[in-house]
Amino acid sequence: MTNTDPFPVFPHRHLLGIKGLLPSDIETLLDRADAAVSLSRQSEKKRSVLRGRTQINLFFEASTRTQSSFELAGKRLGADVMNMSVASSSTKKGETLLDTATTLNAMRPDILVIRHSAAGAAALLAQKVGCSVVNAGDGAHEHPTQALLDALTIRRAKGAIAGLTVAICGDVLHSRVARSNIILLNALGARVRVIAPSTLMPSGVSQMSVEPFTSMEEGLKGADVVMMLRLQRERMSGSYVPSVREYFRFFGLDSERLKLAKEDALVMHPGPMNRGVEIASDVADGPQSVIQEQVEMGVAVRMAVLEALLDPRQAGETA
Amino acid sequence: MTATVFTNARIVDPSRQLDAVGTVIVENGVILAAGPEALNQGTPAGAEVIDATGKVILPGLVDARVFSGEPGAEHRETIASASRAAAAGGVTSFIMMPDTHPVIDDVALVEFVRRTATATACVNVFPAAAITKGLEGAELSEFGLLRDAGAVMLTEGRHTIASNTVMRRALTYARDMGLVISHSTQDKELGSGVMNEGLLASWLGLPGIPREAEAIPLMRDLMLARLTRSRYHAAELSNGMSADAIARAKDEGLAVTAGISINNLCLNENDVGEYRTFFRLSPPLRSEDDRVAMVEALKNGTLDIIVSSHDPQDVDTKRQPFSEAAVGAIGLETMLAAALRLYHSGDVPLLRLVEVLSTNPAKIFGLPGGTLKPGAVADLILVDLDAPWLVRKGDIRSLSKNTTFEDARMQGRVLQTMVAGSIVYSA
Repeated sequence: MTNTDPFPVFPHRHLLGIKGLLPSDIETLLDRADAAVSLSRQSEKKRSVLRGRTQINLFFEASTRTQSSFELAGKRLGADVMNMSVASSSTKKGETLLDTATTLNAMRPDILVIRHSAAGAAALLAQKVGCSVVNAGDGAHEHPTQALLDALTIRRAKGAIAGLTVAICGDVLHSRVARSNIILLNALGARVRVIAPSTLMPSGVSQMSVEPFTSMEEGLKGADVVMMLRLQRERMSGSYVPSVREYFRFFGLDSERLKLAKEDALVMHPGPMNRGVEIASDVADGPQSVIQEQVEMGVAVRMAVLEALLDPRQAGETA
Repeated sequence: MTATVFTNARIVDPSRQLDAVGTVIVENGVILAAGPEALNQGTPAGAEVIDATGKVILPGLVDARVFSGEPGAEHRETIASASRAAAAGGVTSFIMMPDTHPVIDDVALVEFVRRTATATACVNVFPAAAITKGLEGAELSEFGLLRDAGAVMLTEGRHTIASNTVMRRALTYARDMGLVISHSTQDKELGSGVMNEGLLASWLGLPGIPREAEAIPLMRDLMLARLTRSRYHAAELSNGMSADAIARAKDEGLAVTAGISINNLCLNENDVGEYRTFFRLSPPLRSEDDRVAMVEALKNGTLDIIVSSHDPQDVDTKRQPFSEAAVGAIGLETMLAAALRLYHSGDVPLLRLVEVLSTNPAKIFGLPGGTLKPGAVADLILVDLDAPWLVRKGDIRSLSKNTTFEDARMQGRVLQTMVAGSIVYSA
């Protein structure tokens, strides 16, 4: 099995973020994911490369789609997958994280997938456990597998990422998806724009290797990819933007606005969507939308990540 | 009758603008003479003579911002353990913040601190009292009774009084009682982030604290200080915007002074690195531009004192995701050595450094010490300005080990600390 693996060894023990990955690391993961797509489209989807390995999905924030995507990815590779959802209200969050980490570590898992509301939680966990850690989203910091699946979706539709103009629209301030995508897309040579009201822009955004816009009309012009971000409910009624209808009026993606982008521009969304808030239904379900493909690519990318991190050739190598 | 004579020491005494080689004679807990001519007094009979050639004698440091775990959280720090840390760091007096459980807002609690300090501490511990009951920002505590019980300062500790009216009345009434109000300013909402606002926080995905979160309530306080003509001390400032506000208030002739934490003079936001929680502080570590501006403000007299902001937190509350980790760092043992970095780098002259670490805080809060004048209490330290050392976790005397200087290389260390003529620490 191991000597038939055609991909180079992934030189990291954990996947905590896109930051720190070389473009070649990213391309290798995408190549691996491409192969996983083919496997997933066969009627016999199951492989056994991870047979006997234990994967624990530790979710401190509810996330049906990311958690099931990781679960399916592990199962398709033959791993034993256990899901742990820890309601963040049950105890004080921080204590739960470290206590749970210690407990889980004693069960000797091979890989831990963690989702937590605090930035840096995945990195903290990685210091505490003896196995590989995959960050499935830590606060407003990073969500590396989302950026990878977005890249795979774009690469398969457009052939390459270098040279494309990608517009990321919406709540950039609170978005881990935006941060991971900004790093990844820049690493692979895309031009990245962010479009948001200034109340939802991070401080110093113009130094984040992006071109910021506060107008959808300006920012969408000539874009190859339009990536919408989810706006959390608690942020749309007066705290960051005045109201849903005002937000949709100025920052929602409808078919008229989409015409400003390139004719063949892709429409993406990490989900779950707020239809009529950040995106109109006809656009979400329209011909340019690749939102369903993103979900499919999600499983493939997570298979690639699990396989790369648990690659037996990696044993003894440093992270 | 006990006497000690230090000969051939470099004596640095900002209270007399003195920086000269000479002799220091201590007898019965009091400085008999200190200066180049001191030997003319003759050596007291039976005095222990210490040759301090190449060493420096300074008035003991006076630290106006120290948090204790006692009462209520003695596992973090007791008054006794804080005093041992202080002695090792050359701090002979400190003012203890009222943020304890219970809060020091009552005569009995001020007396408790004084009693405990007298019984267990090896340096001078002066209690500060809460401005408002329970540090809740609403009802004034009994300023006069607290003063008579021994409170040397009024402060809200880590808290900021939000109400303009409460702050105005506190300033007005404190003036009648002859007390200084020391206030740390951070707007609760604007300052609800966890590190300096800017590019670093943005990449880390951490909510930022803009400089205005400190400057806005500070400017409010300065306006109220003008209105009430009261003595006001800004407890710990972090950025150039705040320093400018203080400079303007001083130009105007207001009775205003200001302090800065040693951390904000020696470190910047880059030290946070990848979520290093020991560097989660309040006020937060700012940009390098702000740090440089604050060093300049210290030099030009805008800032009056340096504090350690010693704040012991146990490691469990620091081993958390950054935004959930406890705030604060210990600093009593490293304040002098860290401050000496500014001397060795040529940024701040030694005389000025000692003034802001010792003479000024004693003067501002009306404490004994801060001077080597004949007749003053013999709170002094013998220092080797050049001795290199490494801050090792295992050597820390505080019960909590949350230092921002772990494994840092230092130049300059305390050889001996004397409180009222008795040696309380020897390296």
